[in-house]
Amino acid sequence: MNKDDFLLSVEGLTVSFDGFKAVDDLSFYLEPQEIRVIIGPNGAGKTTVLDLICGKTRATAGSIRFRGKELTKMKEHQIVHAGVGRKFQNPSVFEDLTVFENLEVSYPMGHTVMGSLAFKRDAAVIEAVESVAHTIFLQDLLAEPAGLLSHGQKQWLEIGMLLIQKPALLMLDEPVAGMSVAERKKTADLLRVITRDHTVLVIEHDMQFVGDIADRVTVMHQGKVLSEGSIDHVKNDPRVIEVYLGH
Amino acid sequence: MKTSSPLKWLLSREGLYYLALALLLAVILPLALDPFRLNMVGKYLTYAFVAIGLVMCWGKAGILSLGQGVFFGLGGYCMAMFLKLEASTPEATAHQSTPGIPDFMDWNQVTELPWFWQPFHSFSFTLMAVLLVPGLLAFIIGVAMFKRRVSGVYFAIITQAIASILTILIIGQQGYTGGVNGITDLQTLMGWSIRTDEAKTTLYFVAVAVLFLCLLVARWVDHSKFGRILLAMRDQENRVRFSGYDVAAFKIFIFCLAAMFAGIGGALFTLQVGFMSPSFVGIVPSIEMVVFCALGGRYSLLGGVYGALLVNAAKSGFSESFPELWPYAMGALFIGVVLAFPNGLAGLYRRYVMPLEDRLLRGKKTPAAAPKETTARRDDEALPDHLSVEKP
Repeated sequence: MNKDDFLLSVEGLTVSFDGFKAVDDLSFYLEPQEIRVIIGPNGAGKTTVLDLICGKTRATAGSIRFRGKELTKMKEHQIVHAGVGRKFQNPSVFEDLTVFENLEVSYPMGHTVMGSLAFKRDAAVIEAVESVAHTIFLQDLLAEPAGLLSHGQKQWLEIGMLLIQKPALLMLDEPVAGMSVAERKKTADLLRVITRDHTVLVIEHDMQFVGDIADRVTVMHQGKVLSEGSIDHVKNDPRVIEVYLGH
Repeated sequence: MKTSSPLKWLLSREGLYYLALALLLAVILPLALDPFRLNMVGKYLTYAFVAIGLVMCWGKAGILSLGQGVFFGLGGYCMAMFLKLEASTPEATAHQSTPGIPDFMDWNQVTELPWFWQPFHSFSFTLMAVLLVPGLLAFIIGVAMFKRRVSGVYFAIITQAIASILTILIIGQQGYTGGVNGITDLQTLMGWSIRTDEAKTTLYFVAVAVLFLCLLVARWVDHSKFGRILLAMRDQENRVRFSGYDVAAFKIFIFCLAAMFAGIGGALFTLQVGFMSPSFVGIVPSIEMVVFCALGGRYSLLGGVYGALLVNAAKSGFSESFPELWPYAMGALFIGVVLAFPNGLAGLYRRYVMPLEDRLLRGKKTPAAAPKETTARRDDEALPDHLSVEKP
């Protein structure tokens, strides 16, 4: 495969916080339509990798190329417009706005000051919002303030807010953390629907869930890639068993 | 949006609140008060402009500025410079060593009108300056702070420092600014005396009209998608940023808008009171502005207006009888608001009076009471002027 065929190429990525290298010379590549899960023990630098890709944290060295653009030099909102969507670990939705308004804010139109002043809620917006709301099981709660949703529903809403942006790459940080068993199952279904037409990068601890969705798994340890491959490959890698899965 | 026709909006519940305020300001108060008192209300109203700006900037967007007096003062000074030049004709100042310049310049051995005073001979320039000088300063502060992601307490402290700096600058540059006395002895506006009772009453009505114009602009911004982004930013700034918005640009815009409102208020203040001085610019007046915004309800535009009127009326009342008590009363008021009703009068109104209104409406079985829609704002954060929800 040619290098430019990758959707995302991370090469030699390093970030150092006061000398501590949270991510250390990390390289990995995502193919279009791939579902990649990053696992690893606490403090391995998983969330930092997502922070680096979406621009929340600036890289000390290395490159992140996404559809031919160098993300390390771009501002956060430009990275979003380039097609990268990021879900945070704690559900971050706008509690004072309704579910509808939450999704509408993320609709990819009227993102400048003047554009948002002139923004009109037309049929296309309503249709897009309703269709996404249906996907994330919130179609009956559109008029509810997001603050009243359950933890799991907030997670779904945030995923919906990403979907409506139509990103080429979707990054999810522990999407099923804190969910009930039923919600977990529903989320897995949701992710399976999403992954049909998105490239997804997920951080997850739940190995059952990882096995369910992953094409490939990257195991991180101390800021570096420890192992990479199919779920069976990494599960049987003695180094992964040593530092993460346990005997 | 349910406000497709302006008439329909006026007859909605929110529209009626606006009508009630208009009735109070444009009919009831002018009939009930003598020109002297009405002029005082007019003075309070100029603070309502600051309050509207603070509601947008602090209440909606979560940006607390403790330096709104700066913008109020700049607007006021721009207007005062124009009026002062008009009052300083060569004939009126013939006894000065340099006739034709403002008296305080002459007293300070300034012999020539400084360059930055020159354009204030023009009234149209002055009107522009009333908006643009505060707007431009706010823009510079905004770019410097928000691009660097300075926020919260740090931003508040910096705005306070700017208020302090501007006061010191004005007082120090006596020859150019009139120093601690300010710019006084303002007489006419384009030949029309602003000192007569009739003029003061006219200016009062001008202030009311401009206030409503600003209210409508603020309401339009609030009800646009921009307004929802502000609320979203207040809650989850990062989520807004990673939804593809340049957060700094939104903050800069709303901060500039608030500054321009304050500038308009300042200009109208100068016109109605007849002078401008640094005592309206510094830290204390800036904090008072925040207090009356908090008292009225920092999430409600109309609440801010009522807060400005009530606190200033109370201030006058107290100061007339017990001048030394006012600062304590003010402090107590602020603590009371923070502890007992953090959403201010608007919050109280929404919690206690609006249910009564609902019951009344339902009692009469008017069809208008049937589609009761409330906003999605959190609990009583939502405001009397914030009623129509846009149903998807």
